[in-house]
Amino acid sequence: MKRICGRFAGALGGFSLNAAFVLEPTGITALSGPSGSGKTTLLRCIAGLTRLSGELSVGGEVWQDARTFMPPHRRPVGVVFQDASLLAHLSVRGNLEFGAKRTPAKPVIGFDDTIDLLGLASLLSRTPAHLSGGERQRVALARALLSQPRLLLMDEPLSSLDAGAKAEILPYLERLHRSLAIPALYISHDPGEIARLADRVLYIEQGAITAGPRDLASPTLEGLDAAERDRLALAALRAGLQP
Amino acid sequence: MNEVVWTTLRLASLTTLLLLVLATPIAWWLAGRRAWWKEVIAAVTTLPIILPPSVLGFYLLIAIAPQSPLMGVLHPFGVRTLAFTFEGLVIGSMVYSLPFAVQPIRSAFEAMGPRPMEVAATLRAPPLDAFFSVALPLSRRGFLTAAILVFAHTIGEFGVVLMIGGGIPGKTEVISVRIYELVESLQYGDAHRLAAGVVVFSFLALLGLLLVARRTDEAVK
Repeated sequence: MKRICGRFAGALGGFSLNAAFVLEPTGITALSGPSGSGKTTLLRCIAGLTRLSGELSVGGEVWQDARTFMPPHRRPVGVVFQDASLLAHLSVRGNLEFGAKRTPAKPVIGFDDTIDLLGLASLLSRTPAHLSGGERQRVALARALLSQPRLLLMDEPLSSLDAGAKAEILPYLERLHRSLAIPALYISHDPGEIARLADRVLYIEQGAITAGPRDLASPTLEGLDAAERDRLALAALRAGLQP
Repeated sequence: MNEVVWTTLRLASLTTLLLLVLATPIAWWLAGRRAWWKEVIAAVTTLPIILPPSVLGFYLLIAIAPQSPLMGVLHPFGVRTLAFTFEGLVIGSMVYSLPFAVQPIRSAFEAMGPRPMEVAATLRAPPLDAFFSVALPLSRRGFLTAAILVFAHTIGEFGVVLMIGGGIPGKTEVISVRIYELVESLQYGDAHRLAAGVVVFSFLALLGLLLVARRTDEAVK
């Protein structure tokens, strides 16, 4: 399977983006950087929601270049927005089916499997107004997966949640990470989250990629402070690995 | 008496239906990306609120009279004039109530924001599909408000219908015009009955509107 290559350049208001990147076709790549560095803009460019000049090819298919701009509804991406953004007029089931019934792709990610993976069985008939923040984000994630994406984009899905809701949803994300067959880009500036969920990390600063993708698969423990090292060891123990 | 009520209700229903269809694309376009010159169009569509009905009626009458450029366009289709016809009244009422349709729908689209349409796009819905399956249902209260306002406003119009309709019984005579004529000819009993009916109807329409607004507020909370 081929990689995801992109380059975007352009100005939006007072902010300018000039970012080139290559993503591996598997695993979760974290996109990290200070706020206002262009993380969300880059993600929106990949989804086709923001149009800047540049190129983007995913698995050998051109989504954007000098001549082509594939509109967002034709791009097989799943997007999880920072604030879930569930469709308020539809039930949980309606939200999940919205993309599922419109995608031209053969369903690889099954409805029941996704419901199981994210623990949504008891929520299907509720409306978004009657869900907690963590539940909403789980529905948003399932909804994105059920649109059968070839690339999953997540824009700080945990940042709007309180500590309790974060703790509740993280195990689901870790489970997703283990079973996910498609590549994902995960925006976060929380090093703990990145260590738990990402395989690689990409840094962006002032609209430009400054480092990465750096592999996190075998993290070198030098350079990490003691607390971080302990946390990683603990995470490894929990995951059943010998430190 | 029944005839005039029927004409009025037919006019109000038809105006409401056609105006919702016409106002939706205008409201959608106005709610889109901001540009100062869009407010020029917004001002034009709002103008009927502040123009005296006689001014509006005068220009409308000129526009639908036999020698007007508009009728010139319609002439090949066998239409010579729309002045003093029911069809002319529908057009006049649509112009007269345009702001009452555009404003609530535009506000509803603006309150929705761009996000739901982006969500729909990332879930593979093409723009038109997304409009009907996401934007319309999410803005339904704006449409309901617009429908009630336009219907009630059309029932209440007087100056414009008198000028371009002429108050021909069975064709273009509506309740408000009939009341005026009844009072002119000192038939106070009939005038009372019709006037009271309009008061009760208008009260119910406003009550409905306020209840819709209340439900919207509760939904937001």
